[in-house]
Amino acid sequence: MGARVALSNLLDARQIWRGRAMPVPAGDQPTGWLALDAALPAGGWPDAALTEILLPVDGVGELSLLLPTLARLSQGKRAVLIVAPPYVPCVAGWQQHGVDMRRVEIVAAPPADVLWATEQCLRSGSCAAVLVWPRQADDRALRRLQVAADAGKALGFAFRDRKHLSAASPAALRLEIEAAPRARVWVRKCRGGAVPPQPFALSRSLH
Amino acid sequence: MLWACILLPHLALDGVLRRRANHDPLVLVDGAVNARSIVAVNASAREAGLRVGQRLIAARALLVKFEALPCDHQAADRWQRFLAAVAYRYSSEVSLLPHAIVLEVSGSLGLFGPWPRLEATLRSDFSALGFRHRIAVAPTPQAAYVLAGVEDGQAVLTPDHLHRALQSVSTRKSRLPAASIEALSGMGIRTLGQLLKLPRDGLRRRFGVELLQAIDRLLGDLPAGLDTYRPPDVFDLRVELSHEVENIAALVFPLRRMTSDLAAYLAGRDGGVQRFVLRLEHREGRLTEVPVGLLSPERGEGMLFELARGRLEQVQLPEPVLALRLIARDLPGFVPAGRDLFDERPANALPIEQLRERLRAKLGDQAVYRLGSTTDPRPERAQVVSREASTSSLLKAATVPGRSPRARLRHYAQPERNQVRSASGSGAFQPESAAVYAEPHPRPTWLLDRPIPLRGPAPRILAGPERLETGWWDGAEACRDYYVVETSLGQHAWAFCQPGEQSGWMLQGWFA
Repeated sequence: MGARVALSNLLDARQIWRGRAMPVPAGDQPTGWLALDAALPAGGWPDAALTEILLPVDGVGELSLLLPTLARLSQGKRAVLIVAPPYVPCVAGWQQHGVDMRRVEIVAAPPADVLWATEQCLRSGSCAAVLVWPRQADDRALRRLQVAADAGKALGFAFRDRKHLSAASPAALRLEIEAAPRARVWVRKCRGGAVPPQPFALSRSLH
Repeated sequence: MLWACILLPHLALDGVLRRRANHDPLVLVDGAVNARSIVAVNASAREAGLRVGQRLIAARALLVKFEALPCDHQAADRWQRFLAAVAYRYSSEVSLLPHAIVLEVSGSLGLFGPWPRLEATLRSDFSALGFRHRIAVAPTPQAAYVLAGVEDGQAVLTPDHLHRALQSVSTRKSRLPAASIEALSGMGIRTLGQLLKLPRDGLRRRFGVELLQAIDRLLGDLPAGLDTYRPPDVFDLRVELSHEVENIAALVFPLRRMTSDLAAYLAGRDGGVQRFVLRLEHREGRLTEVPVGLLSPERGEGMLFELARGRLEQVQLPEPVLALRLIARDLPGFVPAGRDLFDERPANALPIEQLRERLRAKLGDQAVYRLGSTTDPRPERAQVVSREASTSSLLKAATVPGRSPRARLRHYAQPERNQVRSASGSGAFQPESAAVYAEPHPRPTWLLDRPIPLRGPAPRILAGPERLETGWWDGAEACRDYYVVETSLGQHAWAFCQPGEQSGWMLQGWFA
């Protein structure tokens, strides 16, 4: 004991392996929100991966977060699938955000089949984005969706209640929407980068 | 002219074996009840020493446990016609001979490649269907039939070689009239070569004109005189199960065979199937029907099987199943889906049409749909559900609501002009034909099925009012003031109340 070794010497001698995150390639799936794109390591949605969006209640801007992306995908003639939505999508409202509703398919599935249907859509490789509202989804179910999104090169979006925040999730990106006192989005987990400490404000224009 | 003959020596047995998963000894028997003899044996029965022609009693003495089924000649005929439908894919001139199918292939070689390649294709088709076969090709159908009976794989492509090829064929295998053959062998004439050397006059005097005609047909000096086969317009396949099946899972194996037969038949017709029925037959003639409907014509083997299985698995069997029948009447033309050369999707991607069918098979026919807009301003009538396969129909529906010939679109809107009076000025006047009509007022992203009272403390008004006053002509008159409001939880809602009031909020949608 007593012999002190400078850390830099050890590192130079390559006796210590430094765990380093894999560099995340810059994806080409911008969210359409400049502040969010800047904060995320891939410069947008993690490509071919599952994104989890946690909400306090419905109607706090969760769709407006996605609508620029859905508009871009649907105008590029890519299919967007919506599995078991909690309400009926309003055509006029979606069109106001530029979504081509001819590319949006809605899948009505009983609660027991929601995860199956979502996995089929994600895995098929013909869907650009799949939105799902799973009622009962555990860690394993989400992992399956994550793997399916990777296999089918699709963007998966799972909307869940905020109470699931404390549970670990295999999703590549976790966002939490805060409604009151004002609409903000917290990044709770993002693969391949540090979690931004600041929330980003979700401006809620009506059009 | 060039004729291929596909000889099916084990037609009846293959027809039975192909729908069985096990390889237990099995024989087909025929004859009077007290003198049944074996007419066909499968491989494991042959290993045990059973032979064709044995009496059933003798066979029972050799092997204790084997299955003996009566030889069903009608079933064999059905299989032969089914295989003719498969062969119809390669030629428009297909004829049936006993235990054989002949097809004219000289016109097909340009499309399917030279004869060796076409032969390999035919062999792989028939092997995949589970039928053992021998194939030969010759300038006349009768000669091909004879050569296939002598040796598998003979190819005589020109009339000059035909004589030489037939020289050494034994008269017993020449398929000439049976009475003449016996007499000929009595005369010491054992090969066709010897027979062809004999003077025609003498042959006519001895054997009559029939033998000469048969020889002329064999050599192509007379037209073949065969009836050409026409494939039926209805596919109807029935499989009798060997025992009573109470479990759906046990029906999967025969179902796979049936759907692959259907796919082979459709490929032969170059058609697709849009709708078919699986009929489960129970005791005393009771039936369970499982209809399978598709959005667009399909003919892929795997896809038809998967869809039929998805429908079948949802059925609760009321009683044991004795037989399974597949009937397809709706057989429209099939247009394969085109794929973009520069498609960005992964190579193994499942086309969206197939994904849609897969979801429908499990979740129900109504499970997958798109939404289109109408010209009606009332939120509960502003959208239509479309389950069409193509994307263009929605556009049509959006441009001419109520006049589209597509019956599957449910229209809520009247084609008459709808008038919206807006309390917030601007006096919006909705155009009749709006392909993508840009709504100037804010519209939510979620709609509720029906308005519900908005609970909680009084909301904060963000925008409005927008008055909607319409529907006087159809008895569902609506007069409401719409506002965008913010609830105490921070949700943005689309709510309405009676004109002029700002209470009694009814929630119509969310600005999610």
